[in-house]
Amino acid sequence: MTVTTGSGRGAARRRALIGRAAFAGPGLVYVTAFMTVPLLLIACYTVLTRGRFGGVSWEFTLDNFAKAINPTYLSILGDSLVIAAITTALALILGYPTAYGISRLPRQWRTVALVLVVLPFWSNFLIRTYAWIVLLNSQGPLNGALVSLGVIGAPLDLLYNRGAVVTGLLYAYLPLVVLPVYAAIERVDPQLQEAARNLGASKARTFWDITLPLTLPGAMIGAIFVFVPSMGNFVVPELLGGGKTVMVGNLIRDQFLEARNWPFGAVLALSVVAFLVMLFALQALVSRRINRGGARA
Amino acid sequence: MRRLGWLSVPMLVAYAFLYIPIVVLVVMSFNASKSPYTWTGFSLQWYSELAGNELIREGFVNTMIVAIGATVIATILGTLLAIGIHRHFRSALVEAYALAPAIIPDLALAIGLLATFALVSVTLGLHTVLLAHVVFGMAFVAAVVLARLGHWDASLEEASRDLGAGPVSTFLRITVPGLAPAIVAGALLVFTLSLDEFVIAFFTNGPATPTLPIVIYSMVRFGVTPEINALAALLLLVSFTVVISAQRITKLTDAL
Repeated sequence: MTVTTGSGRGAARRRALIGRAAFAGPGLVYVTAFMTVPLLLIACYTVLTRGRFGGVSWEFTLDNFAKAINPTYLSILGDSLVIAAITTALALILGYPTAYGISRLPRQWRTVALVLVVLPFWSNFLIRTYAWIVLLNSQGPLNGALVSLGVIGAPLDLLYNRGAVVTGLLYAYLPLVVLPVYAAIERVDPQLQEAARNLGASKARTFWDITLPLTLPGAMIGAIFVFVPSMGNFVVPELLGGGKTVMVGNLIRDQFLEARNWPFGAVLALSVVAFLVMLFALQALVSRRINRGGARA
Repeated sequence: MRRLGWLSVPMLVAYAFLYIPIVVLVVMSFNASKSPYTWTGFSLQWYSELAGNELIREGFVNTMIVAIGATVIATILGTLLAIGIHRHFRSALVEAYALAPAIIPDLALAIGLLATFALVSVTLGLHTVLLAHVVFGMAFVAAVVLARLGHWDASLEEASRDLGAGPVSTFLRITVPGLAPAIVAGALLVFTLSLDEFVIAFFTNGPATPTLPIVIYSMVRFGVTPEINALAALLLLVSFTVVISAQRITKLTDAL
């Protein structure tokens, strides 16, 4: 069907080049200018000296890294890791079976069920966090309901603690685990599951040996999507943690907007991005091993 | 539902978890009480107070300027980017690079942009927020359009060219209309994302022109009033309408 009208390969290549420049060019230049350059700049700032009024002065130093090894900051980093890890674990525990359940719904209901999962994610993040202030407040509806049902005698302190922070983060990022898990489950060849069942494997065994390994890469993507933004979040710890729970996100925000130590903030931000890269590398490794195993079988 | 067996338990928990806070917030927005937490009776007073709040109105106007501007630019750049990648790059790396702004942690992008704007001495304001929102907005548009291009029949464009139409007229009369549902859906997504975006706006905005999320942030931080409940209910309504429309438009494409 393809009709070549050019005069040979040279002309075709030139047209392709013009096409690239005309269509993808502006977008790629924009991404470079407003994403790559800013991130590289932050990477540079990690080895520069802080400016007196914010910004940097261009003198090389490694002090910013030394400062990050300070026990105070390490414990905040550790706390953030723990909170992000708990959030991620809960998101998987709740999100995996939900995605699995959605994949077992009649076809016409699946889209509706998925849209319902994603819908809250597209609404205002501050408002979704604020909703938990209302819900968990000592005079709020949850305490009210529990007291009037006689479950508890007096209102509980549900707000302004780590539990509230984990709840807020889970609420913010749960949809991000359901989608990739669902996509992974949909890709599993049902014949593999049937074969396992025909060969006498129990339902649980089939899930454990076939479905779970094949959906593991998707679950890992979901876990990364929850873990990384949870670590970098400063709004939820501030609004639901009541200032008691400081996470690495709050620390980065303060270095840039209050303490005015940009190079140190850059080191902290880079540590979060390093986690992201490491986790993606791990995911790629696992998914390659699983794919190779599948090909051999 | 019986087929789901025990799976229906985590599913019910998940949906209850996702929607109870939203329902509570909407119900509370019609509360007569001065306390944003306890229900006393039905009232629309917080909606009328909201309409008279100068700070919120100003924030709303600023947000609309950014959201509309970012949507227009991101939609044009993102669509061209998707077509360019689909036609001229066989590399998954280029695609990943173009879509990266959608996954980069917002805080990293925010401080990077702040540092960049400071380096070239740009005064911060709505224009810098707009430039920042275009970056991730473009990635979302490109992703939606690329998905549509995945099952795109190039023979229509070829037929148009064979029948003597020039490349520009083929592009405008065949390619763009064919991709229109994906382009519109992408634009709607950018619009809601920009409307609700807080972290990047917080870092790249000047103090004189707060956007709506920044106004909400300071309201929530320095004392909660039932007005926020009313504002929240309205914003939820806008986001939900826009996202469901985007979903329906792309579904329409799949059917065709």
